[in-house]
Amino acid sequence: MRRRGYDCAVRMESIQMTFGNVTALRDVNFEVGANEIVGLIGDNGAGKSTLIKIVTGVLKPTAGRLYIRDRLVDPQRYSVQDAHELRIEAVHQEKSLADKQPLWRNMFVGRQITKRFGFIDVRREKEIANRMLREQIGFRGAGIDADSTVGDLSGGERQGIAIGRAMHFDADLIILDEPTVALALKEVQKVLDFVRGIKRSGRAAIYIEHNLAHVHELADRLVVLDRGEVVSEIRQGEMSLSDLTRHLLELQSAREGAAD
Amino acid sequence: MPRQPRVRIEGLPIIGVLLVLVAIFMIAAPQVFLGYRIYMAFLATVPPQLILALGLTLVIASGEIDLSFPSVIAFSGFLFAWAFKTYELTWLALLLALAGGALVGVVNGILVAVIGIPSIIATLATQFFWGGITTVLTGGLSYAIRTIDDFAIHTVLVGRIGVVPVQALWATAIAVALWLVLNRHRFGEHLLFIGDNVGVARVVGVNVGREKIKLFTLMGVLGAFAAVLLTAENKNFFNTQGSGFLLTVMAAVFIGGTSIFGGRATIVGTYVGAYIIGMIEAGLVATGMQGFWVRAVVGLVFLAAVVFHLSMDQPQRLSRLKQMLRFGGRLERRPAPSAQEPP
Repeated sequence: MRRRGYDCAVRMESIQMTFGNVTALRDVNFEVGANEIVGLIGDNGAGKSTLIKIVTGVLKPTAGRLYIRDRLVDPQRYSVQDAHELRIEAVHQEKSLADKQPLWRNMFVGRQITKRFGFIDVRREKEIANRMLREQIGFRGAGIDADSTVGDLSGGERQGIAIGRAMHFDADLIILDEPTVALALKEVQKVLDFVRGIKRSGRAAIYIEHNLAHVHELADRLVVLDRGEVVSEIRQGEMSLSDLTRHLLELQSAREGAAD
Repeated sequence: MPRQPRVRIEGLPIIGVLLVLVAIFMIAAPQVFLGYRIYMAFLATVPPQLILALGLTLVIASGEIDLSFPSVIAFSGFLFAWAFKTYELTWLALLLALAGGALVGVVNGILVAVIGIPSIIATLATQFFWGGITTVLTGGLSYAIRTIDDFAIHTVLVGRIGVVPVQALWATAIAVALWLVLNRHRFGEHLLFIGDNVGVARVVGVNVGREKIKLFTLMGVLGAFAAVLLTAENKNFFNTQGSGFLLTVMAAVFIGGTSIFGGRATIVGTYVGAYIIGMIEAGLVATGMQGFWVRAVVGLVFLAAVVFHLSMDQPQRLSRLKQMLRFGGRLERRPAPSAQEPP
């Protein structure tokens, strides 16, 4: 296991996010330990995607403090590049791969290997992409190479590419956004093994998943978001899967009752 | 083992189309198309539209459109002709024209990327705006600049090497540069990702707004250079110059095979496409067709090219069209609703 010089991969304090007059996140406190798998649960529109986009530097929060590796960052200047440099990687088959582009471009876009004046070293990028496909992702003989167009790949293959990219860039915090959606059973097992591997190698993950059985098994801690607020936190072993399901249903009806 | 060897030459089918077209014209109008003069005429007249089409290829690759370039041809052409006629400036006149084009481009970029107006609307408005400004500045007049061929700038931009017009070399150099930008540079890759899926582009860290402003500025500068080539070649500035370019330039891009949905673009295709359009225009006239038919034919070729590339790209669209036609056939056989329900 790697020793890391920090306690929390990410810590959010009183994070607020509004779009016009819609509040997506309200006073959210959230943290992920250096070697912790945090499961994020919530309905559509609960604020999961917004939270993740703040961590990855895509969105700037309206208010609140953001700490990455225990250090306060200026949220207005924190960018996707900064997140990459701090080894934060997002894995999402649909939101992180462009369909019409070849695989090698998808691997490196945003942090291209360049020669002089910003020209891309295409040969090296393709070489590395091909090596990655063979060695890390295990696509040997599947007829996929660096020149394959992403749109021609299956869901599982795309997920493999997104995971391979995160591995290649040696992420310390990996954000998995519904990684098993639309996957075949065998592919789901591969993804779950990958999540276990994250924990074993001393890294951290934020794991968004609709399938409660998966998060319940893999996450060290579950955070429940509802309409932009953290409404519950559950540590591993605190509840059985059926208790968890009941707990979530109770939360929902209580919140709905309060809202009426 | 890879699925299949991928040795593909960019734009090969379109080059075939060009050759077939030349052959057809050679048969239809041999007295014109078997001599070299007509080809030299193409090399003199096509480059301004070609340069515009090359720039527009990048714009369309990123899923945007620029309709303002005909007014850049007028506006920057005016700046060049005015500075030459009034102060006998040559290189500074070129710089002034390029700066004017950059201004148009930056404004377009800000309207699209910062304010968020769809580019088709923003650049339609700026087309009218800059066209109007040009007419106001010129008072609707033309500027003859016949003496420009005494100056070095004329030789460098639109002179002749033997019989070959220099502007054709400029256009080719720009094509090579833009091919490298699109296919080998970070900026081009960012444009392709923005055009393919802007959400993905943001997630992987592309600064979408900044790249779009750069893109529209580049388009404006290219338009200005095209304007100077056109004005210098004609030795005249008309305040309506460029107004007929909208159709031909867009046709060149789409005939070349650039996707109307963004994310995929071909510089080689556009290069050949521009000459195909120029040749169709000149060739139809040479074969004795009336001038006003030419626009209709170009429009038709443009549409046919888009439908062709679309059906190659997404065969499912074609089958949907077939289905729709079949459905339409069935509808006809149904009794009209009014026959069942009297009012």
